[in-house]
Amino acid sequence: MASHAVTDLRHHFENHDQQKDASTLGMWIFLVTEIMFFGGLFLAYIAYRTAYPDAFGAASNTLNIPLGAVNTAVLICSSLTMAMAVHSAAIGKNKLLITFLIATLVLGGVFLGVKAYEYHDKFVEHHVPGPNFDFKSEDAKHPVDPHNASLYFALYFAMTGLHASHMIIGAVIIVVLIRMAAKNRFTPEWHTPIELFGLYWHFVDIVWIFLFPLLYLIDPKNK
Amino acid sequence: MITATPTQHEPKNYINSDYGIKSWLLTQDHKRIAILYLIVVTAFFFLGGLFAVLIRIELATPAGDLVDSNVYNKLFTMHGIIMVFFFLIPSIPAILGNFLIPLMIGAKDLAFPKINLLSWYIYVAGGVFTLYALMRGGVDTGWTFYTPFSTSYSNSYVIATGLGIFINGFSAILTGLNFIVTIHRMRAPGMTWFRLPLFVWAHYATSMIQVLGTPVIAVTLLLLILERGLHIGIFDPALGGDPVLYQHLFWFYSHPAVYIMILPAMGVVSEIISCFCKKAPFGYSFIAFSSIAIAVFGFLVWGHHLFVSSQSVYAGMVFSMLSYLVAIPSAIKVFNWTSTMYKASVEMSTPMLYAIGFIGLFTIGGLTGLFVAALGIDVHVTDTYFVVAHFHYIMVGGAIMGFLGGIHFWWPKITGRMYADTWSKLSAIIIFVGFNLTFFPQFILGYLGMPRRYHVYPPEFQVFNVLSSAGASILGFGYLLPFCYLLYSLKFGPKAPANPWGAVGLEWQTSSPPISENFEVTPVVTQDAYQYSTREEVKVG
Repeated sequence: MASHAVTDLRHHFENHDQQKDASTLGMWIFLVTEIMFFGGLFLAYIAYRTAYPDAFGAASNTLNIPLGAVNTAVLICSSLTMAMAVHSAAIGKNKLLITFLIATLVLGGVFLGVKAYEYHDKFVEHHVPGPNFDFKSEDAKHPVDPHNASLYFALYFAMTGLHASHMIIGAVIIVVLIRMAAKNRFTPEWHTPIELFGLYWHFVDIVWIFLFPLLYLIDPKNK
Repeated sequence: MITATPTQHEPKNYINSDYGIKSWLLTQDHKRIAILYLIVVTAFFFLGGLFAVLIRIELATPAGDLVDSNVYNKLFTMHGIIMVFFFLIPSIPAILGNFLIPLMIGAKDLAFPKINLLSWYIYVAGGVFTLYALMRGGVDTGWTFYTPFSTSYSNSYVIATGLGIFINGFSAILTGLNFIVTIHRMRAPGMTWFRLPLFVWAHYATSMIQVLGTPVIAVTLLLLILERGLHIGIFDPALGGDPVLYQHLFWFYSHPAVYIMILPAMGVVSEIISCFCKKAPFGYSFIAFSSIAIAVFGFLVWGHHLFVSSQSVYAGMVFSMLSYLVAIPSAIKVFNWTSTMYKASVEMSTPMLYAIGFIGLFTIGGLTGLFVAALGIDVHVTDTYFVVAHFHYIMVGGAIMGFLGGIHFWWPKITGRMYADTWSKLSAIIIFVGFNLTFFPQFILGYLGMPRRYHVYPPEFQVFNVLSSAGASILGFGYLLPFCYLLYSLKFGPKAPANPWGAVGLEWQTSSPPISENFEVTPVVTQDAYQYSTREEVKVG
């Protein structure tokens, strides 16, 4: 494999295989650290949902399920376009690669836009934890403690906020990748950044696949 | 042992290959980055030590005459934060590990040199945040930031310090990630897993903890900052939150963090003992796997910090039992080191003095760890000086003895100079004596019931506190000595040969200091590690 025309072999590696293996393993380990990073929030969610199931259900029912579902579909589509981008790079179709990267960027932007709209709704409804927080249970027969609902919304904003910040960082990286692709930097032999970013993007999607049911769909029969 | 080899002209090495501040601040050479770490880590060590000096002066008398309780709270908090997060955790991995892992496995560099440099800058950035908080007046929560005091009541710079530690955490994560990938993917031909030096095994286990644990403290501090800044209620009982959840999250990282400090020191001790007994360590694979076992068990014992924090008694029993399990791999190491020394011709060099000191102090620290892991005894000694003495025996008696032993062992390799033998042996003994005089009386104080974190105490405790403060002054003097003679050796020490100790191991096969690429040609390994009986046959290339 040492006969590549590519000049991107760093001085401390013996060959391209070693370099690529190292980068890929590094990315997987990074994703493990990300799981632990989100894990702390998931733990807090489990602890408080177990303690206050009614308040969490009632608060969850104020979310906009159709918008959440649309966003889930948008993100899954963006994972598809990202996978297509990796494939395009692997077969050396540079224009296709750029097209799919732009598609991924657009879908990521749509997700963030919908998310911002949902945040705005929550803000208007005084569902942001803090001095202006105001929560009235829709089911008047079974009122829940607004303090506990506030905990739900704190976790909602912390978890979706952390997820959205990963999306924003991802969007910035896509822009860098598009610029690199426009300069014809990627070849079928060397497109490691595209592959590694693909792993990251799929990971961020998977986090949302967990967030959507845990935050939106926990008490649908009372909706 | 000091033998200077005459050289005709200065050969090229990583230190003289390039000059100027830029060649250091923008370097991607793991050896130069290790030196960058050494400088900043040493500065933090003396800063943290300064706080310890003030604490010990205050405690020399029962009355609060040097500082008031507010200032005292800040003193022990800043001492803890700086020593734990900015000295102990980066000390051995980021300096010795950074320098030695590529050399030991026959690689030219770590897998990700740019990320390695980035992690140093992140470390410095985190340190700057913490120093900013310090200069604005410091923090008074204790290094543990327990809620709800840290979130609702403390009137000090919690957020700035929390951010500093949050940022610093990414430095540890990236270093750990770099080490794991390097050990997996950068080994020289023939360097199989069971030919790796035990130092590398210890760092592999350490890196696992850094990668799995540090993100959890990061998100915990993030929640702490949100709670304090925006009052979101996660840790506030008034809103249904649970302050004890903070303790679970905090100790899920911070107990394994103790093993981030001690495991690399154990790796250092394995290397030193093998070298100065001139034989392979007794039970290589047991020492290697005990490092992994400590890392794994370490994640299952955090609850022993919550025996008196409303944790259920049944959870306490399970955590107590799991904590006892950690003693098994720890004891395996101690028994194997002593078995290695048994009937060997032990050379009492400076690194060996530190290594032997480590074994003794770690044994005391580890055994008293069993005391505090026992539910009944822990209720009596919780938050007393017994606990303080216990963890200082591990962190200072263990980790710092290992760090200093390693620095003395590899100093000729790192700098190409030999240090003064008499001075270094003297300082090793002074440190050992000073350490025991400082911390052994604290076991008695704690058992008698003196609580930690108070600046005044009943007069009957004074005799032990005076002993401790006297010991601390000896210990402080002991730490200043290496600082002086090691700096002196940089300029005036005799030139070190490639292998001054007659050690085996790839790092000793290259020149002192090593060339930028580490080896002239990539070494091919044909033997297990520690082949002292046949060391003439070890070849490079």
